[in-house]
Amino acid sequence: MSSQPLEVQHVNVKLFVEGTEEVLEPLVPVFHRWIQERPLEELLLDVADYRHVIDGPGVVLIGHEANYSLDNTDGHLGVLYNRKTPLDGTNQDRLKQAAHAALNACEKLEAEPKLSGKIHFGGTKIQLLINDRFLAPNVPETRAAFDPELKAFCAKLFGGAEYTASYENDPRRRFGVTLQTAQPIPPGKLLANLAS
Amino acid sequence: MKASNHLSAEKLAGKIPEALGREIDIFETEVALRKTGKIDERVFAETRLRRGAYGQRYDNGQRSDGAKVQEMKYPSGDLTKGPMTMWDAPGMQRIKIPGGGLTVEQLETIADLAEEYSDGIAHVTTRQDFQLHYIHIEDTPSIMRRLAAVGITTREACGNSVRNITACPYAGVCRDEVFDVTPYAQGMFRFLLGHPDVQNFGRKFKPAFSGCSQHACGLTNIHDIGFIAATRTEDGEEKRGFVTFVGGGLGAVPYNAKLLDEFVPAEEILPVTQAVSRVFARLGEKRNRSRARIKFLVQDLGIEKFRELVAEERKTLPYDPRWTELIKDAEKFHEAPLHPGGEAADSDAHEFKRWSRTNLRPQKQDGYVVATVTLPLGDITANQLRALADVVRRYTKGTVRSTVEQNFVIRWVSLKDLSNLYRDLEAVGLGDPGAGAIVDIVTCPGTDTCKLGISSSRGLAAELHKRLTEKRFEFDQPVENLHIKISGCFNSCGQHHVCDLGFYGVSRKMGGFAVPHFQVVLGGEWEHNGGTYGMPVLAVPSKRIPEVVTRLTEKYVGSRQNGETFKEFAKRTGKVQLKSWLEDLARPAAPGDRSLFSDWGDPREYTLGDMGTGECAGEVITATEFELASAERELFEAQIALDNGHFDQAGKTAYKSMLDGAKALVKLVNPNIPSDPDRIVADFKTYYYDTQKFWDPFAGGKFAHYLFDAHQKANGSYTADASRYLIDEAQLFIDAAHSCYNQLGKAVTV
Repeated sequence: MSSQPLEVQHVNVKLFVEGTEEVLEPLVPVFHRWIQERPLEELLLDVADYRHVIDGPGVVLIGHEANYSLDNTDGHLGVLYNRKTPLDGTNQDRLKQAAHAALNACEKLEAEPKLSGKIHFGGTKIQLLINDRFLAPNVPETRAAFDPELKAFCAKLFGGAEYTASYENDPRRRFGVTLQTAQPIPPGKLLANLAS
Repeated sequence: MKASNHLSAEKLAGKIPEALGREIDIFETEVALRKTGKIDERVFAETRLRRGAYGQRYDNGQRSDGAKVQEMKYPSGDLTKGPMTMWDAPGMQRIKIPGGGLTVEQLETIADLAEEYSDGIAHVTTRQDFQLHYIHIEDTPSIMRRLAAVGITTREACGNSVRNITACPYAGVCRDEVFDVTPYAQGMFRFLLGHPDVQNFGRKFKPAFSGCSQHACGLTNIHDIGFIAATRTEDGEEKRGFVTFVGGGLGAVPYNAKLLDEFVPAEEILPVTQAVSRVFARLGEKRNRSRARIKFLVQDLGIEKFRELVAEERKTLPYDPRWTELIKDAEKFHEAPLHPGGEAADSDAHEFKRWSRTNLRPQKQDGYVVATVTLPLGDITANQLRALADVVRRYTKGTVRSTVEQNFVIRWVSLKDLSNLYRDLEAVGLGDPGAGAIVDIVTCPGTDTCKLGISSSRGLAAELHKRLTEKRFEFDQPVENLHIKISGCFNSCGQHHVCDLGFYGVSRKMGGFAVPHFQVVLGGEWEHNGGTYGMPVLAVPSKRIPEVVTRLTEKYVGSRQNGETFKEFAKRTGKVQLKSWLEDLARPAAPGDRSLFSDWGDPREYTLGDMGTGECAGEVITATEFELASAERELFEAQIALDNGHFDQAGKTAYKSMLDGAKALVKLVNPNIPSDPDRIVADFKTYYYDTQKFWDPFAGGKFAHYLFDAHQKANGSYTADASRYLIDEAQLFIDAAHSCYNQLGKAVTV
């Protein structure tokens, strides 16, 4: 494992938001409208509503290349971007693409009139997952291979701001890391950092 | 689709049974061939269906977004995976769970698959299966490998084949059962999976087992073939057997199963089922799919004639040692508890008491109970599946069963562990009370994901669940015990005929607009294996169904006589009176009120335009078409072997592809042609070469000679050139076989 380079694909980025599950109900028509108006670059297909499930995927905007959702896994609400189709480029390219897509969606949801400001990214906590256990099993070797990628990515994303990284410890769960900054950084600033 | 798909075979090497691994390899090749247009879309559709890879709503590339119909422009363009089914469109993977029996490792694998390939949710169906939605077809071989590595096959989960074999989830621990039916269901699953006699049905075939006649758990009355445990004393010895039924089924017009035999000895159930299968395959309808289920054949022939035919067929069956071996092997099955039984500790905890009242069932083994884990709408998250696996490991020997009510049951829970078990389930959102009660609503996927859905069964179920849960502790006991089941259309996957309050999706016009409705079906019976079907009363707009439930439950409480059941109450009241109570709800809304024009959970203006052609019926593909597809695949593998420098293997595989092509045609004349190459070539020569049916207008019998020559040299080895030439010849031979088949006008044969 350690001798093989890590291929980072199917990146998931979750931006933890302040708010409660009540926002999920008005989100359903918003996602349906996004399918009508196509404000995102992916091919958007359908809306899956899992509000009935406790600590579940919430409401999911199903796309061909990626899903967007307001996810409530582990009881933590967040805007989640789930890349489904593989991408060319480097690992850094793929991490940036997913982060950019999540932040872009988050900005749109924060500005969505029908949600009345009920979604607000706290600006401090972001989770990254690699949604492919064959490529990235949750083992120490993956962590060792991913660490340099993570450092380079975080330097870019946070623009040098301090952060902590906490890896997922349960080996049965997907390989992932939760990043926390000391100070809140708004989505617009993070997007600008990625673009710089 | 996953970047890692090319790794799955290598990563799971050694973990997959060889035969199963080979099947999945073949399927993966078929996926690749279809992608390059080398397999007909209809053949591929049935091929994938027989491996559980189903279509899903909007997969024809169109979807109404509420304002207009959008064309979905997928990267693979017009490539299809079946008629009107776009390649890139998300599909559903059904996972067969015989008898609902699962290990903790299997739960964890399904959890992983739900996260990585689906949308984080696993759905339990009304036939104890799992379904994963929004799956890309190119991911399915990897999914199948990961399932195979933990002992699960998706083979024949869909298509015109033997579907999952369901069984009472309490088998082995139920106080009322005659005996444990688990081994017999498992034995039948192993016997019928891939059996040649079940490959040529006009429609699907669903078996079920029940340990008793009085409860609902096996639902044998609604199945194509149903077995209820029975014993008989012969020569002072108690013998096990089954009361056997055939020809039950729901659908638009439900049929009660007919008694085939009052007692089929346990060692006879496999040959009897084989005989039934042969009769069904031979005489069942194949062109008209709406009359192709076995229930129509039994109805048309009459049960007496059908019984005679089965008895005659049974006599002609060549002896198969597996009839008894599989049963004896399965009878060794034995479940044991992890912890000693005992007595429950007293607990005053209010929530625990409520849960205990509805979700526990005492086992026949003293000191143990079965605990039911209720799943809203049959859905469970990946994390919950892993948590459930942990709980099951902690308190049992690591097994759990899914139920036809879309729940799980944990068996062999020591009474001493009860309060801890509840605490652990509650902590992960799996401790809801109300199992088998009015809040425990059963529903098919409906318009959420099903191509046939007319109304939103899941949307309605979610709304009813929410409203009823708010009031669940206020209900009178008779109301609390009612069953609600919802189907998105008349096909009855939600089993709406066999419950107190059933609903199925229909559409009606109101003021010139299509409005989603549900037909109200009342007074069906869940008990006695789904013993009585309900009566349709009237169609009511979807948005008013909650009011229907309120009114009917209030009427039931208010005018119930002498403890009568809802079925008895509905029968006594009569359709006219029942309808009169609800008629005002069926009237159009006031002018300008558009509240009825959308469905529950879906804000789009309702349209029927999103319905597609269902795949439940599968594609009627002849054995010849399958053999020709097999020949194509062999040829493809020969080319790969050649490219890799394995010349001898390439030559032998190319020869095999020609044999398969010849066998495909011979099957039209002799369906039982054995796999002996000499016999295939001889029959091919007799029926197709000598008669000049396999005759090219320009080349005459040239292509047939390719086969004859290859057959003569079959025992030799192949050089690079020899294998290359043979591959070219094999391609020409298979093309000629297709051409011959088409000329014979056998595109669809019965």
